[in-house]
Amino acid sequence: MSNNQSESSPVNSAEKEKKADMRVNEKKCSWASYMTNSPTVIVMIGLPARGKTYMSKKLTRYLNWIGVPTKVFNLGVYRREAVRAYKSYDFFRHDNEEAMRIRKHCALVALQDVKSYLTEEGGQIAVFDATNTTRERRDLIQAFVKENAFKVFFVESVCDDPEVIAANILEVKVSSPDYPERHRERVMDDFLKRIECYKVTYQPLDPDDYDKDLSFIKVMNVGQRFLVNRVQDYIQSKIVYYLMNIRVHSHCIYLCRHGESSHNVEGRIGGDSELSPRGKQFAHALQDFIEEHTLSDLKVWTSQLRRTIQTAEELGAPYEQWKILNEIDAGVCEEMTYEMIQQTFPEEFALRDQDKYHYRYPGGESYQDLVQRLEPVIMELERQGNVLVICHQAVMRCLLAYFLDKSAEDLPYMKCPLHTILKLTPVAYGCKVEMFYLNVEAVNTHRDRPIVGEVGSMPKDPSLIHRRNSYTPMSSYDQVKRPRLYSAGNQPWLPLAPTPAALMPEGRPSQECLSEGTDTDSPEETSDGVCF
Amino acid sequence: MGCNGRSRRGSSVPQFCNSPTMLVMVGLPARGKTYISKKLTRYLNWIGVPTKVFNVGQYRRQAVTTYKNFEFFKPDNEEAMKIRKACASAALKDVATYFSKEHGQVAVFDATNTTRERRAIILSFAKERGYKVFFVESICEDPEIIAENIKQVKFGSPDYADRDYDEAMEDFIQRIDCYRASYMSIDDEKDRNLSYIKIFDVGSRYLVNRVQDHIQSRIVYYLMNIHVTPRSIYLSRHGESELNLLGRIGGDSGLSPRGQKYANALATFIKNQNINDLKVWTSHMKRTIQTAQTLAVPYEQWKALNEIDAGVCEEMTYEEIQEHFTEEFALRDQDKYRYRYPKGESYEDLVHRLEPVIMELERQENVLVVCHQAVMRCLLAYFLDKPGGELPYLRCPLHTVLKLTPVAYGCKVESFYLNIEAVNTHRDRPGNVDVSRDPQEALQTVPDHV
Repeated sequence: MSNNQSESSPVNSAEKEKKADMRVNEKKCSWASYMTNSPTVIVMIGLPARGKTYMSKKLTRYLNWIGVPTKVFNLGVYRREAVRAYKSYDFFRHDNEEAMRIRKHCALVALQDVKSYLTEEGGQIAVFDATNTTRERRDLIQAFVKENAFKVFFVESVCDDPEVIAANILEVKVSSPDYPERHRERVMDDFLKRIECYKVTYQPLDPDDYDKDLSFIKVMNVGQRFLVNRVQDYIQSKIVYYLMNIRVHSHCIYLCRHGESSHNVEGRIGGDSELSPRGKQFAHALQDFIEEHTLSDLKVWTSQLRRTIQTAEELGAPYEQWKILNEIDAGVCEEMTYEMIQQTFPEEFALRDQDKYHYRYPGGESYQDLVQRLEPVIMELERQGNVLVICHQAVMRCLLAYFLDKSAEDLPYMKCPLHTILKLTPVAYGCKVEMFYLNVEAVNTHRDRPIVGEVGSMPKDPSLIHRRNSYTPMSSYDQVKRPRLYSAGNQPWLPLAPTPAALMPEGRPSQECLSEGTDTDSPEETSDGVCF
Repeated sequence: MGCNGRSRRGSSVPQFCNSPTMLVMVGLPARGKTYISKKLTRYLNWIGVPTKVFNVGQYRRQAVTTYKNFEFFKPDNEEAMKIRKACASAALKDVATYFSKEHGQVAVFDATNTTRERRAIILSFAKERGYKVFFVESICEDPEIIAENIKQVKFGSPDYADRDYDEAMEDFIQRIDCYRASYMSIDDEKDRNLSYIKIFDVGSRYLVNRVQDHIQSRIVYYLMNIHVTPRSIYLSRHGESELNLLGRIGGDSGLSPRGQKYANALATFIKNQNINDLKVWTSHMKRTIQTAQTLAVPYEQWKALNEIDAGVCEEMTYEEIQEHFTEEFALRDQDKYRYRYPKGESYEDLVHRLEPVIMELERQENVLVVCHQAVMRCLLAYFLDKPGGELPYLRCPLHTVLKLTPVAYGCKVESFYLNIEAVNTHRDRPGNVDVSRDPQEALQTVPDHV
């Protein structure tokens, strides 16, 4: 039943612990990361201009956002290092022996980097972005993977629609480092010939015979059709789900916060207050903005808190309320000002500044919890066309971090001012951002990252930090807003002794963190009865 | 501000689908179509999408009350063909009624639908009425799996009620052969504009084509996560807690002495069950963690498994709730599934927060979930297909382990009371749920406590 750790020499187990520690400390294991055991290599397959790099980058962005450390290894980058000046498509001819040697060498170097990322740098998933069109190359990769006890999952992109291919080439290849002159026709011509070189030796995955035991997904014609074979585990199932939901379509996502609320004016966080007069002005301005931009078929989403709903009401268009777009739950600190929090919970206040992403308010949530809760929103945004999301500061930061690939370090300090709309347009491999300030004044609710030295006194007890930072899987939907009531007889929770390492499955931290109790004496009373 | 009951009680779920969707099963007999239909329907209903199965075989059994033998299914049996076609039409008619009059959102059309002709009829039926269509084809040629399927579900069928094993098996195999000759799988070329998923060999491989919307994407995700490997799911509450003894709801107290005894008994019980590779899940609350600790095996904590949040009523006794929040107490009795505690949650909210847990339970094999009363009721309702009206009143007593084993189209439940006494925490629906009722009437069904 339980996992038995084999007796190993002190050196080995120290190394193993170090590796486990690396993984734990590097990303403070989110739920998704926790569910993954052995490192996985995702191997892209496909002719050039089939969207491999697009999918690699997007997938990597998504996996990192949900807390699974992932990195792309693009073979083209290695090749450009090795061969400084690219002359022409002749380099890619399969009978060009010298070039073939260089290309193989590059692959081996890249694989070495993959190995060190996954074994020494705390990575969990490596995306090997190259054509990998021959069985020989894929067999090489499989041998490598087997040698290192990694899992492997193939993602093949197959496309026979010439329009799609041409569009791909124009969008991303024309500005590639290989073609500094940017002469469109010449680029197109050379690139198409390059593709022909690969076609000669292309051996697609064969699900019926040669490759029937591999784990893979074949994406056909930009997601019109998928063939999924032998999904092995949780993370592969999430990857498949994600790849099946993304599209390459031109749509725009508009993110904004609700109009200024009365709590904003008083400097209070959280709660469920109504719009201030200036907030109402913003709502009107928002309506004008929408009309101006004549967006076809715009969907409008809000949270279930009054301030976003009131903002949307002004638009006079149908909108959907998502409970999971509610603002971060500040638990016992709900509806306090930062001054009050510093006075009442000085230790908590300091802890939050030390690690704002992982810090969980007692009885409330952390940014990390928020990310998990927002995952279905992201998935749905990928599927939809034009959407306007009216949400809250912390929520908007999380969504923005996904689209702009911001790390957990930067996420909680992103600037999302009131009365400003961000327009996100997917472009090539990333996202173009345009900011529209609607000229309605509002308070500033942004709190900068404190300078080192300004942070309050550090608690001496490290277990106090662990208590805030949970390593355990959590729910997407548990975001109940309520102050915690403590009865006299209910002692604050003390962390239990950690489970002996010998009983923990390999790679998992021992369980030091448990529930989020707090030793404050001030119970939050619901003084004004029921309010919504 | 007046209490707008409806808005407070409202659903937290965005619109999943606008036009009604028909899920059309495709495949030879004994390929798991009805298994998938029922399971998918159970899941969709649990997450709040009204779904119903229309099994054409049942219509046929009504039309032709006694089944003689496989000859009914021979392709040249004209009279039988007429009856079978009529049954399919009757089923389609009922689908239309379900959508237009009964507010259904998804209808699962469970039949072989193995010919292009039949599928064309369904497609034009749906097109006329503006329904979306999504095909689910199950393809399997592994004789062992097919034989197992036949054993598990066909022998219990009314068609073979009075036959012996060998006779029934023989007849059913010939029945399958009747379909085989005219079977045309969905064609990846000709049917490339249809939306469908093909499932090969019980989930070893999938082919997904043109997923149209959110609900289809959820269905595909669900189908790709379920499996048929035999396993058992054990559900238990934490051991009796200090607050349980005082008759107080919610909170985050530790185990009482009897609760600790239960934890020990649970450890022994689990050991004796000799379960292969058991995963143990708890919530983030003390009482479940203390219970799991005693098992001395690794366990995972899920915040999603935390007990329902009673908001302003946290840590109160029912008597106190009746005294301080009389109206709330009555409203809860009126619609316990949708009622949301002020600043807290409803059972409906709980279901939504438990959905990732359910998805992960489907992926896993042997799991022991140590949770709480309301949470356990929600999980149980999913496995036993209980509707929202019954869910909040399911009996989940302390110190009792429920073992769920998937069997045929449902779930076998075994209950193990581990012989450690505990308070009763189950409160039945009282007779009078009116806001104007007497306190005694309200507190009639409250269980005893200190």
